[in-house]
Amino acid sequence: MTTRDIVFICFAVLAAGCALLAVTTKQVVHAALWLVATLGTIAGCYFVLGAELVGLVQLLIYVGAVIILVIFALMLTRAPIGKHDDLATPGWQRAIAAVVGASLTALIAAVVLPVVTDAAVDIPASTNKGVSAAIFGVWVWPFELLSVLLLSALIGAFIVSQVVRAAGRPTGGEGR
Amino acid sequence: MSVLEAVIRSVAVVAAFLVLPLLVGQTEHKFMAHMQGRLGPMYAGGWHGWAQLIADAAKFVQKEDVIPAAADRGVFRIAPAVALIPYMAGLAFIPIGDGIVGADVPASAFAVLAALGVGILGHLMGGWASANKYSMIGAMRGAAQLVAYELPMVLAVASVALAAGTLSLSGIVEQWQPWWLLWQLPGAIVFFIAALAEINRTPFDMPIADSEIVFGAFTEYTGLRFAFFLLAEYAGIVVMALLFTVLYLGGWAGPLAASLGVVWTLLKAWIIAAIIVWMRVSWPRLREDQLHRLAWVWLIPIALFQLALTAVVVVMTR
Repeated sequence: MTTRDIVFICFAVLAAGCALLAVTTKQVVHAALWLVATLGTIAGCYFVLGAELVGLVQLLIYVGAVIILVIFALMLTRAPIGKHDDLATPGWQRAIAAVVGASLTALIAAVVLPVVTDAAVDIPASTNKGVSAAIFGVWVWPFELLSVLLLSALIGAFIVSQVVRAAGRPTGGEGR
Repeated sequence: MSVLEAVIRSVAVVAAFLVLPLLVGQTEHKFMAHMQGRLGPMYAGGWHGWAQLIADAAKFVQKEDVIPAAADRGVFRIAPAVALIPYMAGLAFIPIGDGIVGADVPASAFAVLAALGVGILGHLMGGWASANKYSMIGAMRGAAQLVAYELPMVLAVASVALAAGTLSLSGIVEQWQPWWLLWQLPGAIVFFIAALAEINRTPFDMPIADSEIVFGAFTEYTGLRFAFFLLAEYAGIVVMALLFTVLYLGGWAGPLAASLGVVWTLLKAWIIAAIIVWMRVSWPRLREDQLHRLAWVWLIPIALFQLALTAVVVVMTR
């Protein structure tokens, strides 16, 4: 076992522990904060595996932007400090979530882990140039499709806000 | 890299992280004072009050650490650390001379941006956990501001990276040529404004606005934890000034760069920091809606224009 393995296992255990805490805590903002820790430690896993760019994107986009928005939205709901048992979900929902989570884990494990065969796979070192060549070479069409999807979502949000405004509802301060 | 080298590099980064913000703070004391016809600190330490900030730190250490009864204690306690550590991580990736850098990584420009984006989490945590409406408003303003200004900043940095053909800050400085001052000027202006907004400096200091929401997210903090938030603010000035120097002013480029490179970097960064202080003395605070208008109507289109301009020039000259 190399140092890299040990560091990877540390990050992985931390990520799993934070993820468990994120879904079991009774405090809604704490759940979001544990999610931050989970995503941050997953970024650590990427760094250990040598995927520098993916880890940085994980930090910049997920920890730096998406989670900030999640916490921002949570705080708009006056997320209270302290435990709240009425946030608990009913038992059948938990059971379904557990089944779905377990089957997804099994699916990924079957694909990724060498359980059936013990053939070791060589992972080529990921460089920034390699990642960009792959995104804008082989994967350029999925990439463009995603851009169009995001653009249409943006236009949709714009139209929703403009239609609401045109319908004469009060919209608050229109600053100029 | 041997263990000894790693230890020396880490200690050097921590030392820079503790000393440079104090230098910027002292600069701010003195510059603001002289611009307003005052003398500023004159007694602590003897010569022109050079030890004023060390005395301030000693005062902060002695103060009682108060945690409000209604606060979320755990989150309240770690929030200053979450605000502070990303700036230290960011500082480690910025080179100040040829090969003089805490951690030389291939995508260091991206790494600094990623580290800086996390810092606002400390403000959000502190603002929410304080159970105080002023803190809450401050945290919300800070988060909204960061989300709005992160985009133009990333676009401006992407333009420089495109021009240099590398994401490494050292590589960008090596590629830099004096005519980039003109070529990258729109991006530089966008970056400077976005940097001011990210570190909550005047005229973008609504998140802390002491005269309307009593220091925002820091309202309930005292003693050392408050000092950590302040240190994070000044460390933010240091990181942004160094980053601006490395991206747009050629870092250690200058006469006798081989021997005086570090001096040039620090001098340029210090001038940028002094301009940031100057902004504080001479500008009033923007209104919240003006702030967002500036970001979405002006900065992002200018940053996109700069990106297109850079792409055209790169394609035509290579």
